[in-house]
Amino acid sequence: MQTTIIRAERVEKYYAQPSENRIQVISPTDLSIVPGEIVALLGPSGSGKSTLLRMLTGLSAPSAGQVYWHEQPIASADVNVSIVFQSFALFPWLTVFENVEAPLKARGMEPAERRKRTIKILDTVGLDGFQAAYPKELSGGMRQRVGFARALVVEPEVLFMDEPFSALDVLTAENLRSELLELWQKKTIPTQAIFLVTHNIEEAVLLADRIIVLGRNPGHVRTDFKVALQHPRDRKATAFTQLVDYIYKVLTQPDAQPPELPQTPTGKRVRDQRQMHYQMLPHARPGGIAGLLELVLDHHGKDDIYRLADDLAFEIDDLLPIVDAAQLLGFLTVTEGDAAITATGAEYANSEILRQKQLFRTAAVTNVLLLRQIVRAIEAKSDRTVPEEFFHDMLDEQFSEEETLRQLETAINWGRYAELFDFDASRRRFIQSAKLQQEIDAHSNAEVDA
Amino acid sequence: MIQLPDSFSYIRGRETLARAQVLKRSWPFMLDLCVAAIGLACFYGVVVIAKYWFGHSEPEIVISQSPRALPLYAFYSVVRIGLAYLLSLVFAVGYGYLAAYNKRLEALMIAGLDILQSIPVLSFLPGVMLAMVALFPTRQIGVEMGAILLIFTGQVWNMAFSFYSSIKSIPRELSEAANIYRFSRLQRLVQLELPYAAIGLVWNSMVSVAGGWFFLMACEMFVLGPRDFRLPGLGSYLQTAAGTGNGVAIAWGLLAMVSIIVATDQFIWRPIIAWSDKFKFEQVESKARIKSPLLHLVQNSTALRSLGRLTTAPLSETLYRRYAQERQQRLAQSSSGSTSRPGSPWLRVLISVLAVVVVSYAAFHALGLLREVRFAQFKEILKGALATFLRVNVSLLLAAAWTIPAGVAIGFHPRLARIAQPIAQIAASVPATALFPVILLALIRVGGGLGIGSIALMMLGTQWYILFNVIAGAMAIPSDLREVATLFRFTTVQRWKTVILPGIFPFLITGMVTASGGAWNASIIAEYFRLKNQTLQTVGLGAQISAATDSGQFQILLLATMVMALMVVTINRLVWRPLYRLAGTRYKLEG
Repeated sequence: MQTTIIRAERVEKYYAQPSENRIQVISPTDLSIVPGEIVALLGPSGSGKSTLLRMLTGLSAPSAGQVYWHEQPIASADVNVSIVFQSFALFPWLTVFENVEAPLKARGMEPAERRKRTIKILDTVGLDGFQAAYPKELSGGMRQRVGFARALVVEPEVLFMDEPFSALDVLTAENLRSELLELWQKKTIPTQAIFLVTHNIEEAVLLADRIIVLGRNPGHVRTDFKVALQHPRDRKATAFTQLVDYIYKVLTQPDAQPPELPQTPTGKRVRDQRQMHYQMLPHARPGGIAGLLELVLDHHGKDDIYRLADDLAFEIDDLLPIVDAAQLLGFLTVTEGDAAITATGAEYANSEILRQKQLFRTAAVTNVLLLRQIVRAIEAKSDRTVPEEFFHDMLDEQFSEEETLRQLETAINWGRYAELFDFDASRRRFIQSAKLQQEIDAHSNAEVDA
Repeated sequence: MIQLPDSFSYIRGRETLARAQVLKRSWPFMLDLCVAAIGLACFYGVVVIAKYWFGHSEPEIVISQSPRALPLYAFYSVVRIGLAYLLSLVFAVGYGYLAAYNKRLEALMIAGLDILQSIPVLSFLPGVMLAMVALFPTRQIGVEMGAILLIFTGQVWNMAFSFYSSIKSIPRELSEAANIYRFSRLQRLVQLELPYAAIGLVWNSMVSVAGGWFFLMACEMFVLGPRDFRLPGLGSYLQTAAGTGNGVAIAWGLLAMVSIIVATDQFIWRPIIAWSDKFKFEQVESKARIKSPLLHLVQNSTALRSLGRLTTAPLSETLYRRYAQERQQRLAQSSSGSTSRPGSPWLRVLISVLAVVVVSYAAFHALGLLREVRFAQFKEILKGALATFLRVNVSLLLAAAWTIPAGVAIGFHPRLARIAQPIAQIAASVPATALFPVILLALIRVGGGLGIGSIALMMLGTQWYILFNVIAGAMAIPSDLREVATLFRFTTVQRWKTVILPGIFPFLITGMVTASGGAWNASIIAEYFRLKNQTLQTVGLGAQISAATDSGQFQILLLATMVMALMVVTINRLVWRPLYRLAGTRYKLEG
C-alpha cells in the first residue's frame, strides 16, 4: 500500500513588502512523503530547509499552495507527526519523565497508560534511571535522547528531524545516528517515514533512502534521487564517496538554467533574485578568505572542495560562503566541485598585510557592486558621509529584512578591512576614510569608470 | 527588597545551609505538624479579618498609640498588601497574556502600560475612595477596598510588562514543540508560559511589594475635604504618632515595620526565589543556589503532597481530557465543512463601537471639568511643575553623587560588601513614607523647611535603586579591565573615565530611570504634609495635587495629574529611552 502520507502541492513561501515587491523564500514546490523511507533534505543556509519542514508539519501555513495529510488539507486533519529539534527544545523546568509525558497528557490519556508508555519509550532510547533528572543535569547527547523519546512516545506516523545532530559532538552524533537507524530497521518503532533536514552531506548519504537537494534564492528543489546503497553503509566505500562528491558538485555548481518566472494570482510581479542581477554578498570575513586561499595554495593551488571541507573539519554551510566570496573577488575559480586559485589569489595569499589590503581593495571595488555604490555615494556628498538607511532602503527592495542587515554587515566588514570607507556605528553613517582618500579616488575612477 | 544582583543572594544563601540539613534529618511528622499549625493560623486570620470587615462601621476610628495595638495593626496592613498583591498577580498575568496573543490589541495595551506606569497613583486616591465608599454598604469595607485598589494600581504594571515580555521572548523551538505536541491553552500556560516567566515575575513582585508599602503608608489615613478616612494599620499608627510627636510610639512602629520586612524576606521571598531556581532557562546547572528551610518543609510534607494528589491532580486530569476531546470535536467539525462562526464580526463591531462611545463620553466630561480652571490656577500649576522638576533632578543628582562612589567601592571590595550590603538592604526596605515624619520633625527642630524635607524624602525613597544597580555594575566589570588600568598606571580621573563610568553606565541608567519615576510619585506626599495639627506646604506640582485632594477641587487635581503624567512620559521618551539605547549598544559589556 503505497499511499502518500504527506503531499505538498505547489507550496511556496514569501513575505510581502510595503512596496509592490515581495521576497520569495521558497518558490512553488511539489513534494511527497511515502511510507517506508527516510528522506533527507539537504541545502545551503538560506535555501528554506527549515521553512519547508514547518510547512510539511502544519506548523506554518504556506503563502500559497496546499499541504495534504492523507489527502485531506493539513489544517483540518488529525495530524500525527513529531519533530526532533536542533536545540532539543526540552522544558528545563520539567523532569525527563514529565517532558516525555507532556505530549500524552495533551492527548488526554489516562495517567496509568501514560506512565506505562513513557517508561517503555525511555527504556527504548536508553534513558533508564534518568526519569527524575532535569535536562540541565544531562549531557547534550542524553538531552537529545530525551528529545527522541518525547518525539517517539506519541508513535508518530512521520518523524521530522530538524538538524538533530548538529549541536552534538562528532562521536555522540555518530552513536545516536546508528541507534536511530537500528530502531527504524528493526521496526521497534511504528513510525512510517522519517524526514531529516540537515546540512551534513555525509549524514544524509549515511541515513537516507532518498535525498532532496535544495538551491537558494529563492529555495527550490535542485535534485531529488533515491539512494540504493545497502545498510550498514561504509563511509570509505567508493560508491559512498562518489555519491558525497556528486552532491558537493550539485551544491557548488552555479544554476545552469533558472526555472521559469512564477506569476502570482494577484498579478504582482515576483522578484526572483536570480533575475534581478543584484549581487548578493556571501557572508565571509576577509580573514577567512585569506585562510582558505592559503590552504588551497598548500594543496598545490587546486583541490576538491569536499576535501578542503574535510581538511578544515568544516560543514558545507560554513565553507561555501567563503568559497563564494573568494570566487566573487576573483581569487578563486570553481569548476565541477574543484577550486583553483588565480594569479591574484596566489599573490594575495602570499603577501604581507598592507599589500593584502591593497589587493583586496582593488578586487572589492572592481567586483562588488554594493561597495562600489557606497564609495560613490560618499564621494558624491559634500560632507563625505552617507547614512546607512540609504542603502538599507535600497537593499530592502531585494532582500528580506534579516538578509538586508546581513548584507550591510558584510559590506561594512569588507569596506573597513579594505579601508574603502569607515563606519560610524553610533550615528549609523558611512564616512570617508580620510587617510586613503587619494588612493580610493584613483582606484574608483580608473577602474569603475572603465 | 529592591531588585538585587544575583550574587548578593548567593552570599546570603550560605548561612542557611546548615539549618536546611538539620531539617532533612527530622521527622516528617514534625513537618506535618508545622504545616497544620500554619494552616490553623491562616484560618484564624481569615476569621479576624471577616469579623472586622463585616462588623458595624465605627463612626470614628481612633488610632491607638499603644505598642500593644501594633501586632493587630501590622496584621491588617500585611493583609491589605497581600490581597493587593494577589490581585495584581492575577491581573498582570491576564493583561500580559492578552497583550501577547491578541495582535489587534497588543499595540494599544503596551502603550497603555507605558502611560499607566507614569501616572502618579496617589492622584487617584480621592476618586477611588469616594467610589468605593459609595459602592459598599459599610464605610469601612469601602475604604478598605479603596486602599487595596490603590496599592494594586501602584504595583501591577511592571509585573504585567514583565509577563508580557517573557511570553514574547519564549524561544521559537519551545513554542513549536508545544504546538506540534498539541498542547492545549491550559497546558501551554502551565508548562511553558508561566514557568518561562516565573523568574521575571518573582523579581518584579519583590519590587512591587516594596512599592506597595510606600503607598500603604500614605493611603491608610488621609483627609478628603470635610471627610476623614482612617484605616487601622501600621501606616496610620506611624502617622498618628508623628502627628502628636510621640517619639516612643514612632520607634515601636518602625521596629514593627522592619521586623515585618525581614520576616517577609525570610519566610516568603527566600523560599520563592529558591523554588524559582528550577525555572532558570539555562543549559548548565549553576553552582551557587539559594537554600530555604521553609521551602524544604513545604516540599517534603507528606500531608501537602497527599492534599495535592486528592485535589489538583484529578482536576487537572479532567481538564486535560476535556481539552483533548474538544480538539477532536473541532477537527471533526472543520473537516465536515462547517467552519464559520456565526455573527462574530457584527458582535465585534458592536462591542468596539460601544467601547469608543463610552470612552469618548467619559473623556469629554472629564475635559469639561477643566473649563473651570482659571488661568491664574493654570499658571500656578506650571510654576509648581517647574519647581517639582528641579526638585526631582536635584534629588537624583544628590543620590547619584553619594551612591556612585559608595556603590563602586562596595562592588570592588568583596569584604566591604559583606558588611555593607545587609545594612543597605534593611535600610532600603523601610518605606520612605514611614521614615518621613521622623525626618521632618528633626528638620524642623534644626530650622529646615519642607523644601529641603521633600528632597530628602525623594532621595530616601529612590537612592537605593541607584545604589544597588551601581554595585551590580561595578561587580560586572571584568577584572581584566581593572588590571589593565593598574598595569598602565591610569590616573584616578582616567580610571573613572575609561573603565568605571562606562562599565557601570547601563546599570546606572536602569537605576536612574526607576529612581526618577519614584521621585515624581513621591513628590505628592513630600511637598504637602500634616504634622502636629498643622499643614506644611511648599511650591510644587505634588503639593498642588495633595491640596486639591484635601479641598476637593477635582478640576485642579485632574489638570495637575495630567501635567505630571505628561512630564514623566516626555522625560522618559526624550531622555531615558535614548540613554537606554546607548547603554544597550555602545556600553554593553560582552563576553
